[in-house]
Amino acid sequence: MPTQADDTRAARAAFVSCWSCKGPVAAQALFCHTCGAIQQPAQLDHFRRLGLEPDFDTDVDMVEKRYLGFQRAIHPDRFATRPAKERAFAEAQAVALNQAYETLKDPLRRAAYLLSLKGVDASVSKEETVRDPELLMEVMEAREALMEATSIEKVEKLQAKAGADAIAVLSGISKAFASDDLDAANRLTTRLKYLRKYLDETRTRRIALEQEQGTA
Amino acid sequence: MSGLLQIHEPGETPEPHAQERGIAIGIDLGTTNSVVAVADGEQPEVLRDAHGDGLIPSVVALMPEGVVVGRAAQDLRAKNPDCVVSSIKRLMGRGVHDVKALAGVLPYRIAASGDSVGMVRLEVAGRSITPIEISAEILKAVKARAEQSLGQGVTQAVVTVPAYFDDAARSATKDAAKLAGLDVLRLVNEPTAAALAYGLDSGAEGVYAIYDLGGGTFDISLLRLQKGVFQVLSTGGDSALGGDDLDHALAERAIAASGLQKLDEAGAAALLLAARAVKEQLTERDSVKLTAEIGGTKIDFTVSRREFEALIDPLVQRTMRACRQVLDDARVTPKEIQGVVLVGGSTRVPLVRRRVEEFFGRAPLADINPDEVVAVGAALQAKALTRGSDTLLLDVIPLSLGIETMGGIVEKVIDRNTPIPVAKAQDFTTYQDGQTGMLIHVVQGERETVDACRSLGRFELLGIPPMVAGAARIQVTFAVDADGLLTVSAMEKITGIRAEIAVKPSYGLTESEMADMLRDSLVHARDDMEQRLLIEARVEAERVLLALDAALKADGALLSDEERAAIDSAIAKLRQAIKGEDRDLVNAAVESLDHATHAFAQHRMDRAVAQALKGHSLDEVEASMASDPAPDGRRPGRPAE
Ligand SMILES: Nc1ncnc2c1ncn2[C@@H]1O[C@H](COP(=O)(O)OP(=O)(O)OP(=O)(O)O)[C@@H](O)[C@H]1O
Ligand SMILES: [Mg+2]
Ligand SMILES: [Zn+2]
Repeated sequence: MPTQADDTRAARAAFVSCWSCKGPVAAQALFCHTCGAIQQPAQLDHFRRLGLEPDFDTDVDMVEKRYLGFQRAIHPDRFATRPAKERAFAEAQAVALNQAYETLKDPLRRAAYLLSLKGVDASVSKEETVRDPELLMEVMEAREALMEATSIEKVEKLQAKAGADAIAVLSGISKAFASDDLDAANRLTTRLKYLRKYLDETRTRRIALEQEQGTA
Repeated sequence: MSGLLQIHEPGETPEPHAQERGIAIGIDLGTTNSVVAVADGEQPEVLRDAHGDGLIPSVVALMPEGVVVGRAAQDLRAKNPDCVVSSIKRLMGRGVHDVKALAGVLPYRIAASGDSVGMVRLEVAGRSITPIEISAEILKAVKARAEQSLGQGVTQAVVTVPAYFDDAARSATKDAAKLAGLDVLRLVNEPTAAALAYGLDSGAEGVYAIYDLGGGTFDISLLRLQKGVFQVLSTGGDSALGGDDLDHALAERAIAASGLQKLDEAGAAALLLAARAVKEQLTERDSVKLTAEIGGTKIDFTVSRREFEALIDPLVQRTMRACRQVLDDARVTPKEIQGVVLVGGSTRVPLVRRRVEEFFGRAPLADINPDEVVAVGAALQAKALTRGSDTLLLDVIPLSLGIETMGGIVEKVIDRNTPIPVAKAQDFTTYQDGQTGMLIHVVQGERETVDACRSLGRFELLGIPPMVAGAARIQVTFAVDADGLLTVSAMEKITGIRAEIAVKPSYGLTESEMADMLRDSLVHARDDMEQRLLIEARVEAERVLLALDAALKADGALLSDEERAAIDSAIAKLRQAIKGEDRDLVNAAVESLDHATHAFAQHRMDRAVAQALKGHSLDEVEASMASDPAPDGRRPGRPAE
């Protein structure tokens, strides 16, 4: 049972004071309802920043739509002739929004981020050693096959296979999150990360081959 | 309707400030030509000279009688080669090393300076001068043209830069504008500006490629146009590739063919001019004769279009590689592209059109004026920034930002094609007991080693509290603003101490150099600092009054009569102070008003909390306060339970 003190604390936490007119503003509002001033970005996770619930299966079209809607309201271009403070807040809002957008529109980053929200650290940007020996084997074999592929057709085949794998992994990640199996989600996210890298390598390889053949 | 919507209703003017009633202009500061446009009325308009010419050649002559810019400067070249500078944009943000690496005949004389580091300086008319100052002269001329044709002073501008310009070149451009007495509202990327002008004109929707080959730079950008939003998906290019290089290729061929041995500066400039004329004629004709007399040697050299194309094809192929890269970066196939828009004078070259058509599998759109479209876009953006607009530009950072780590390896902090503004924080620690300073070397580029990237600057963190090695947690934040300009800030996380940052730009002006130049420049001699501060204080005071007015209208009933009287009297005092000339008085009155409204703020907060607790659910209270103007407004969430 929440006590009265808890309720009061909760109620207070729902508001911040507007920097401009000093009145109460909902903690997550972008603008003050009384004086219209843009507010500092609230501490929010990327999903809630876009008005979404944390969910791996978030619709990318919805992410785009929300992103553009908010950008229209807070982009620094809208504040170019406003006082420095408002310009700074608009910029901070746009920075937060861009970060949310960049994270959520990409399923790999979204998965890693959702894991981190749930307390699992799966950093995607940093190079780290593969701990899963099976995955390690697979990666090495795939790289070898790519090195040996000397025709564009062969590279395309490898590319298609990795692409199909990636799609399968994505649906696996979705299932894992749905059943709250964070271990599986984490494992599959690492796998997706390597598949992505491998797909990049196949692309590079393909361009190299095309250029070789183009100049030949 | 919420407050913000009222202020920024499309087409409506945001509240006017003292300084901002003038017209903001759009400037395309080009390698070869500069163009200025305004969009104040219905249609954007390029400002032309008496002959109807919109292009101002980006040529500067430093004559004993004064500075001459444009066509007149061009005409002075033959007789005064060492006083005339052109294509200065190629040197913006460049170092001495970069210039040495620029191949071919250079029409500049680089000032011999003691050190081989830092920003390049030119020797012109016997004096040593920076590219920033020369660009400032062009901008002053542009500003003068605008003022003359508009019949009023102009202080605000949107200036375009190649999308592929790095941070050093961008800051150099902004500094040049400052020196010219222009307040840069925004640096806009050239292809993005072109897209804005083109898209608004044609009502285009979908993914478009903007291929911009000008006099000295090449940009390729992919944008998605939808419902007034111009979103850059990826951008690429080469900030040292343009029509100038085609001229060089042709000139070098002519030299080889005529057996000419040595070329002096005047000879090189004359030959390049002749080559440019031939190149431009080859756009219409199959074969052209280049004749010139250089240093007593007669050059008589006929080129066919086919020969010319063979000569320049490697350069054109370089642009195609960049096209492939941006498609790849955006994960877009040529088929998904709705249209290819050509921008820049060099896209008139038939081979360029052919190659673009081959690559994208469709004929490019060339029904726009490639010379003027960038300035028109800049003008439209200037209007959007000052008068409000329905459209929105969302741009990206063209080149990755990184920092130097052990062994000269680059660690990327912000990846290319990330939407701006963007900020990323990175933690550093000390490696020695009691260490109080730290050096951070910031570079820009895609390669893995520091040597292969461009150095932007060295940031020295000072005032780190002394601790044992590895104990400090210094969070360094790299922030790129909407102009694509980087700032770095740092904080020690454990103590909360803000480390001081001393910046040494690799190829730019330090703050004190900039201050010196500003002081020296006539434009700012009259600019009284005190006056400026007074205006700022007034603007802030007006904001406080407006905000309080809104608050009193909404919640004034919460005040007792005495409280209200105290506030009213503080308001009256502030209004009085604003009318005066004393900045300190204004600030003091703002402060006392702040005191007088303390209790009011408290009442307002208490009531909100009380309402939330009493009967009304929090959701209801918050919903009634929801001020989110976005179409899918984020509803204020519930507090943690
Ligand atoms: N008919 C033509 N055929 C070929 N080239 C042309 C023609 N007309 C102009 N050019 C070339 O276009 C270049 C100038 O184009 P533009 O004015 O778009 O460049 P800029 O905006 O000054 O340069 P940048 O955008 O690179 O800074 C010059 O190199 C010029 O020789
Ligand atoms: Mg141009
Ligand atoms: Zn307010």
